[in-house]
Amino acid sequence: MFDFPLIPEQASSYAGDVDNIYFFLVAMTAVMAFIITVLVIYFAARYHRKNVDEIGSGPHGSVKLEIIWTIIPVFVVMGIFFWGTSVFYTIQKPPEDTIEMWVVGKQWMWKFQQPNGKREINELHVPRGQAVKLTMTSQDVIHSFFVPAFRVKQDILPGRYTTVWFEATKAGEYHLFCAEYCGTNHSKMMGKIIVQEPVEYAEWLVSGGTAQVAASSDPTEAGLEMFNALACNTCHKEGSSGLGPTLNDLYGSEEELADGTMVLADDTYIRESILNPAGQIVKGFQPVMPTYQGQVTEEGLTQLIMYIRSIGGELPADAAAESEAE
Amino acid sequence: MSSLTQTASMPEKHYLNNGTTLKSWLLTVDHKRIALLYLFSVLVMFTIGGIFAILIRLELLTPQADLVTPDIYNRLFTLHGIIMILFFLIPAIPGTLGNFLVPIMVGAKDLAFPKINLFSWYIFNLGVILAVAALVLGGVDTGWTFYTPFSTTFSNSNVILAGLGAFMAGFASILTGLNFLVTIHRMRAPGMTWFRLPLYIWSHYATSIIMILGTPVLAIAIVLIAVERGLGVGIFDPNIGGDPLLFQHLFWFYSHPAVYVMILPAMGIISEIIATFSRQRIFGYHFVAFSSMAIAILGFLVWGHHLYVSSQSVYASIVFSVLTMLVAVPSAVKMFNWAATLFKGSISFDTPMLYAFGFFGLFTIGGLTGIFCATLGLDVHIHDTYFIVAHFHYVMVGGVVMAFFGGLHYWWPKMTGRMYPEMLARIAAVATFIGFNTTFFPQFILGYLGMPRRYAVYPPEFQFLNICSTLGATILSIGAILPLFYFAWSFKYGRKASSNPWGSTGLEWQTTSPPPTFNFEETPVVDRDPYDYAHYYGKES
Repeated sequence: MFDFPLIPEQASSYAGDVDNIYFFLVAMTAVMAFIITVLVIYFAARYHRKNVDEIGSGPHGSVKLEIIWTIIPVFVVMGIFFWGTSVFYTIQKPPEDTIEMWVVGKQWMWKFQQPNGKREINELHVPRGQAVKLTMTSQDVIHSFFVPAFRVKQDILPGRYTTVWFEATKAGEYHLFCAEYCGTNHSKMMGKIIVQEPVEYAEWLVSGGTAQVAASSDPTEAGLEMFNALACNTCHKEGSSGLGPTLNDLYGSEEELADGTMVLADDTYIRESILNPAGQIVKGFQPVMPTYQGQVTEEGLTQLIMYIRSIGGELPADAAAESEAE
Repeated sequence: MSSLTQTASMPEKHYLNNGTTLKSWLLTVDHKRIALLYLFSVLVMFTIGGIFAILIRLELLTPQADLVTPDIYNRLFTLHGIIMILFFLIPAIPGTLGNFLVPIMVGAKDLAFPKINLFSWYIFNLGVILAVAALVLGGVDTGWTFYTPFSTTFSNSNVILAGLGAFMAGFASILTGLNFLVTIHRMRAPGMTWFRLPLYIWSHYATSIIMILGTPVLAIAIVLIAVERGLGVGIFDPNIGGDPLLFQHLFWFYSHPAVYVMILPAMGIISEIIATFSRQRIFGYHFVAFSSMAIAILGFLVWGHHLYVSSQSVYASIVFSVLTMLVAVPSAVKMFNWAATLFKGSISFDTPMLYAFGFFGLFTIGGLTGIFCATLGLDVHIHDTYFIVAHFHYVMVGGVVMAFFGGLHYWWPKMTGRMYPEMLARIAAVATFIGFNTTFFPQFILGYLGMPRRYAVYPPEFQFLNICSTLGATILSIGAILPLFYFAWSFKYGRKASSNPWGSTGLEWQTTSPPPTFNFEETPVVDRDPYDYAHYYGKES
């Protein structure tokens, strides 16, 4: 009864920062509520009406007071704003070196893919003390990746990628909730984040054992296989001989489209180009590519992107930050 | 002249006995009768929404979905939300107290467009019928927020029907806003200058602007849902070329200002109650009036704070966070001015004042927890959890419902010519306050611990706080149901009220209780401030 927690476990690098704002605001609310309560009770008792035709004799207003109680709250909330924004920035901007994992949400389960291609359902193993970045998409409706112990949440949308990062600081098992209402079994779309010591995690990663879905091959290789199987390679050749633009060195570069606009070739652009090729025709090419909508699964798209990344460049640093932001 | 020397006798002819047939009610263009028609409609919806709330709380007594299936649970919270927000909170104060009081308080015979006023009640009820039809035919399971693409492509429930219901209710609200705006501009009595308007009128003025500018956007969003769902035109579903986030922007562009449609009239009621029961001018009248306008304007610029974790641009989120912080300031200014009004007042503890004190406590917490949600780094954690549920119930129930009930008690003698039973009413007010806190305070903790909203099934460690919450809900429902019974009783059997039982300076208290059909025997001429108690009681120095 007395080990009754008021906050969830702090298990990520920024959980403490979030809690500090919370504690401050709780204290501020308590003080304000106390002041208002005391004032109201005191005035109500002190100025209680004594006879039936008594009237109030208070002042009608004071510009000085109005200015004081406007300006002070403005400064207080602006302070809170800056504090909250700096923590938000930490949560939004992943550090330089992260382990990258992939997440697909669907009614009503979580599918994960480790960097080496190992897949899991409703369970995600991560190493302690290492920043992990998740690139996420949904197969159907909007879901939301929410781990209370990490103080992090990010919506997962169909048709685009969103990312989230965290660094777990404590080994253990933590709740993963879907926080965006997604239909009948929304409340059963729960999973587990399993934080392991780095050595254990490394062992687990190469073992076939605990994962619910057997390990598959390296996602980049799988992407290459699919690239050939879907006959992408007949048009997207090395050099400029194909019907389509070459994909070598594409990733991370700026492409000029037929209408003259420039786009950054990132995950979302590649995904769009596979599913809706007519939407973004590269300058100098004909709109001849068929859509692959319905022919490639979300996992397949991930693998294709991994392959195209492997033959491409790096996202520029500021673009990486901005694509976190978007 | 003190009005307390008046004898309590009803006038021979008044608006209630001016025609007693059903037809005289259903075809009335008297704003006071339409107010009572609205009161009937919104109280029926409040009861239905309340029954859903109780079922939700009972289901959440245990971590499993054992009372109802998750599918039914989803329908319960969806309809609880749709009914309570669109069919109770938004129309409750404007439709009933607003309709009754706006013309009387500005010294007019009726609203500017009496027939449009009646029309608005009819289309509101058409909305009610559509929503109830959606319920009877199997319910809706999208949440009151109708997020896409779930609502357009994946939900197998009566989305379009419920959406049309909301659409109709929205239209009723636009017409009410239009009527108030024109009435306040054009129909003030001689001498009723803008700064002699009671603060209740100022708050309705601000509210009407939001109703007229915001509601059409909700209507558009609902039509777009129907077009995608019914005709398969790709607007929101990315599989057919749409953008799922677009809907959230359209939806919250109205639905956040809608929060102010609910709370501003409530704040207006509190200003009137505080003035009357401390018998003095509201401290800083101009600042309270302008803070309503500031809230109405700033309120249109903060919708993006519902989308911090939606994948909205970080820079947009930062702008929305600043603006949201600023919209908290005018609310704080109001709180300070109300508290200052009590200073050296002549305070009595009649039931309406108890509700106003309850509003103080609950709205303070509701408002300050809003700052938690506006704070970017913190909202990432509490977004879509029970923290949010607790926060908006503190504002909506602790703020709006407390003020609505306070206002109903305050103006009940004027509306019906009869008093309510004071002792029972005080019990109800206290039960509501205690029950409310017991229900919703635990939900703040529950939310911070990480329990997401809209969960039929939850991890067992959250059970204790959920039990507390359900226990509180039983006390709260006693506080909410009790007035429905004694009001119904009082309408026929209550002690007769004098024209001004509270000794208030308000124009509405200077006519008979209940007022005659055209409100005043002769058009009043206003020559002073609305809260001039010294003059009224002949105590000018």
